[in-house]
Amino acid sequence: MLAIFALAPLVVYPVFMMKVMCFALFACAFNLLIGFGGLLSFGHAMFLGTAGYITAHAAKVWGFPPELAILAGTFSSFVLGVVTGLLAIRRQGIYFAMITLALAQMIYFFYLQAPFTHGEDGIQAVPRGRLFGFIDLTSITTMYYTVLVVFIAGFLLIWRTIHSPFGQVLKAIRENEPRAISLGYDTTHYKFQAYVLSATLAGLAGATKAIVFQLASLTDAHWTMSGEVVLMTLLGGLGTIFGPVVGALIIITMENYLAHLGAWVTIAQGVIFVICVLTFRRGVIGEIANLLKKPL
Amino acid sequence: MTEIFGVPTQALFGQLLIGLINGSFYALLSLGLAVIFGLLNIINFTHGAQYMLGAFCAFLLLNKLGVGYWWSLAAAPLIVGALGVVIERLMLKHLYKLDHLYGLLLTFGLALIIQGVFRNEYGSSGQPYPIPQELAGGHNLGFMFLPNYRAWVIAVSLVVCLATWFVIERTKLGSYLRAATENPALVQAFGINVPRMITLTYGFGVALAAFGGVMAAPIYQVSPQMGADLIIVVFAVVVIGGMGSIMGSILTGFGLGVIEGLTKVFYPEASNTVIFIIMAIVLLIRPAGLFGAQK
Repeated sequence: MLAIFALAPLVVYPVFMMKVMCFALFACAFNLLIGFGGLLSFGHAMFLGTAGYITAHAAKVWGFPPELAILAGTFSSFVLGVVTGLLAIRRQGIYFAMITLALAQMIYFFYLQAPFTHGEDGIQAVPRGRLFGFIDLTSITTMYYTVLVVFIAGFLLIWRTIHSPFGQVLKAIRENEPRAISLGYDTTHYKFQAYVLSATLAGLAGATKAIVFQLASLTDAHWTMSGEVVLMTLLGGLGTIFGPVVGALIIITMENYLAHLGAWVTIAQGVIFVICVLTFRRGVIGEIANLLKKPL
Repeated sequence: MTEIFGVPTQALFGQLLIGLINGSFYALLSLGLAVIFGLLNIINFTHGAQYMLGAFCAFLLLNKLGVGYWWSLAAAPLIVGALGVVIERLMLKHLYKLDHLYGLLLTFGLALIIQGVFRNEYGSSGQPYPIPQELAGGHNLGFMFLPNYRAWVIAVSLVVCLATWFVIERTKLGSYLRAATENPALVQAFGINVPRMITLTYGFGVALAAFGGVMAAPIYQVSPQMGADLIIVVFAVVVIGGMGSIMGSILTGFGLGVIEGLTKVFYPEASNTVIFIIMAIVLLIRPAGLFGAQK
């Protein structure tokens, strides 16, 4: 996968690939929560949006260098993850989804009204600046490989988490929570940690995205974005490692080529949802893994 | 002009009225969600889209066939409810044995499709729907002006909500329904056709949403997005009230509408978020919701 993404700019438009990588990281972070923790968050856009706004504001208004701006954005998502996690983790299953959705909507209205976000316009013309003071990010190539490094680092962290004892306990909780409790695990605590980690990584994706596109806007905080990340993960394969990456690639490609058709994008997304749920619940990678009989 | 708490009474009662109207819709929709969830164990994300469908159904009946408000009030819920029955038979039926989350995802996808189709056809702008002649005008109550149509909406929502409560809590049909919610296998063993009951329940819940949509059409404009944001607020209402009790849904719906209206008067900046803030507080104090059973 590393080779594919490293060589992709030779054949594909690099800005498009950067978008794919940002969303792939976002979807991987989301998948950590649902695929391994069994918690469906319908409000993940709040982390993407928050990190984007804070990063853009830090880089543009406070004059932070890009690495610190990204760090600030990621940290803000971590804080938001802790606060909303403490609330949402109190209910399970379907309620968890509704609560995260409602909290995200609250955050969205906050950004809609707060003066620093510039409402519908968003924060535009965010300077990319120089990474660590000497790497010029205005060049497409350096920006591309910076995003690649961030994406791979995030991906490896998730991969490591899933295969750690912590990840195994999460899987146990997803499969049979009462049993995990009876084995002496504090399941609420584990779920909370997974939620915060997922929020932080989603924030990292949002922060990087703000620097790449030099823009932080309301779109990233809207509930449709939360729905989109669910779709990417579902289509790629819930609980698979590579699934969210493939899902993000497919959905972003589709949006790119159907963009001129307007509302048809929404309809296509809805149709994919329905088809996935009714006939294709393992997702693309999940089906392949099933054929090969080994986890991917 | 008289004032209460430094606010002109006209503005106060005006917002209170709007709050009650919004509350009527919160109550109608959260009631439908609760009934559907009780029996199907599915959170119907399409509910907002079905509310919008109700409004569009009335709009199309008027403009294409010349059918007026009163007939639409009966026809639109029937049509949209029938559509709901088809959805349940073709799709939802296959999901009952799976994790609840798949029901949420499927209905979310359906909502995207329905909203997308109407946005394609009518754009994002609203279409006007006239207030029926019989209910045009209003009364001056001395302290405020009360438009007849708004009074009608509040009264009818209350009646419909209470009738639903009566049917579910006080009749034989309702007792079957409650029994099937507790233990569908046992009820089936007693010779009651549970699958058919599930189908009709979904149809009924959807019809309630469409009924709300028709009533909303003359107040708000008919637009493809009208249900999308509303459904999220209704989810928060459901979390606050807890889905265990029918009366709880009704009371929470109206109560939160009024609180939202009052917020518009005293602190307008928070009027969009107040329901979500209340939800956060309720989660801290009583995670199961105000009327929910602690499990």
